[in-house]
Amino acid sequence: MSPLRDWPIKRKLTAMLLLISGLVLLLTSAAFVTYEVVTNRQTIRIHLATRSRILAANSTAALAFANEADATELLDALKYDPHMVAAALYTQDGRVLATYPVAATANLIPAAPQADGYRFEGGRLVGFTPVAQGGNQRLGTLYIASDTKDVSDALRLSGIIAVVVLAIAMLAAYTLAAALQGWISQPILALADTARAISTKHDYSVRAPKRGEDELGMLTDAFNQMLGRIEEQDRELRRYATDLEQRVEKRTHELQDRNETLRRNAAELLAANQELDAFAYSVSHDLRAPLRSIDGFSQVLLEDYAGQLDEAGQDSLRRVRAASQRMATLIDDLLKLARVTRAEIRTEMVDLSGMARDIAAELQKTDSARQVKVVIAPGLTARADLPLLRVALENLLRNSWKYTAKQPQPRIEFGSVEANGGRAFMVKDNGAGFDMKYVDKLFGVFQRLHSAAEFEGTGVGLATVRRIITRHGGQIWAEGAVDQGATFYFTL
Amino acid sequence: MNPGKILLVEDNPDDVALTLRALKSHNMTNDVVVAQDGVQALDYLFGTGGGPGPDGLPAVVLLDLKLPKVNGLEVLRRIRSDDRTKLLPVVILTSSDEERDVIDGYSLGANSYVRKPVDFVEFTQAAKQLGLYWLLMNRAPPTPRK
Repeated sequence: MSPLRDWPIKRKLTAMLLLISGLVLLLTSAAFVTYEVVTNRQTIRIHLATRSRILAANSTAALAFANEADATELLDALKYDPHMVAAALYTQDGRVLATYPVAATANLIPAAPQADGYRFEGGRLVGFTPVAQGGNQRLGTLYIASDTKDVSDALRLSGIIAVVVLAIAMLAAYTLAAALQGWISQPILALADTARAISTKHDYSVRAPKRGEDELGMLTDAFNQMLGRIEEQDRELRRYATDLEQRVEKRTHELQDRNETLRRNAAELLAANQELDAFAYSVSHDLRAPLRSIDGFSQVLLEDYAGQLDEAGQDSLRRVRAASQRMATLIDDLLKLARVTRAEIRTEMVDLSGMARDIAAELQKTDSARQVKVVIAPGLTARADLPLLRVALENLLRNSWKYTAKQPQPRIEFGSVEANGGRAFMVKDNGAGFDMKYVDKLFGVFQRLHSAAEFEGTGVGLATVRRIITRHGGQIWAEGAVDQGATFYFTL
Repeated sequence: MNPGKILLVEDNPDDVALTLRALKSHNMTNDVVVAQDGVQALDYLFGTGGGPGPDGLPAVVLLDLKLPKVNGLEVLRRIRSDDRTKLLPVVILTSSDEERDVIDGYSLGANSYVRKPVDFVEFTQAAKQLGLYWLLMNRAPPTPRK
């Protein structure tokens, strides 16, 4: 059986009512039985006392003369009362004069008289009554023992009555309790049912039925009011949720639109890149071929018809050749720039110091006549796309190499500095430098700050470098002054 | 010693003239056969267009990439996929040095890749070296049997 506190409220109420009525009935019955017993004992005590005194009064003569036969006869009259168990007459000196019944056993008759009075002893009522003459001369003592059958009969009867009443009363109490507990339990059960329905179905529109204006009614009212508020809040919550859903949907749509735009842009970019690709490919193949013809046939003229051309004519042809070769270089540089734009960036750890050393060695090899002091800081590394970064660094170092050509003590330095809270790499030379006025033209395509006669070049190199650095998410900037050298900084 | 012929696959007549001139200055003109597009080149090699056919394979093919009808890479692919010509030395001689072309050329089995210089002096030098190398120094693969 489940613990008491887990009992359903109906059973608890019924049990409570039964317990209370049972206890009350039990106490009442006990009182009733006790009263019966006490009353009966008193009755038989008075009865015995009365009988004793009458018998004592009649016994004076028999005692005074110690007449045993009279005494025996007197006592024998007791046989008419079936409750009398035993009796005896003691003389003044305590000797037994007569007994009832005549052949009473020793255990029925005390050997000597005891203190006067009436008392219950060993399931019997015994009494010692003084036998006196004239009021003060004591002649002896009368002893009478009576059974207590009346008392036990009364006890049994009242017990049976109590049990029967108890049984009937409990049955009635159970029936009534079972019927009446509903008054209290029904509203509570209704509340419980409502609560259960709400918690399972989440339907806040249901209400608990109210059955009266008592505390349970108030509880039901409070519960229903609470439900009302919850229902309202629930509705509001749902409204917010719907609102939120709509907003999310709207945002999603917006995002989808934006995504679509991005996708379109990406597609356009891809198409543009592909066009650039095709363009570069075409340039690479088709633009050089006519240059080769121009250069080639100019050379043919110079070789085969030198005799028919004066010096000015030959000079013109040489200029034509030089121009076509320059154009070829220009095309190559532009193609490199295009390649840098298209190339996929794949970063790895790059040893910049080592790379700078390699490039410097190559420059020295192709221009072995020059004496340039190249200072390279050791241990510089960065995450970058190796081939692209090599193109950038080579362009910068080649620039420095080129622009220090007229410097008697050329010096080129590669290192790193702290700049804008980060590390910037630096290529510094003491060459021709530039005017800071034109610094923003430095990185433009085909922008040159020097004439081709001064320093040859196409004006694509630094544009390529900037493109590479930008594609790495870095920045590039320069400082310089005319004839004071130039310093290029870049971050990665 | 018969050094064999050079098959020059080139659509640009200027380039043809300049190449021939460069080779001529080293007395190799008689050994040059010119095909002006991919189809002519394949016809020559496989004997379907009145050429000498596989019996008279050239010592080397100088192959331009941008060609009308069938482009250079396709010509190379056909040469390599035919048992008769799969060992034939092929040198790509073209204007472009696009990485893509270089990779594709070598992937299809080109033996060499040379970019035509714009400077005619350099170009002459390159043509001369190519002729000398492939006609004289290089040991040609054996002629395949029919």
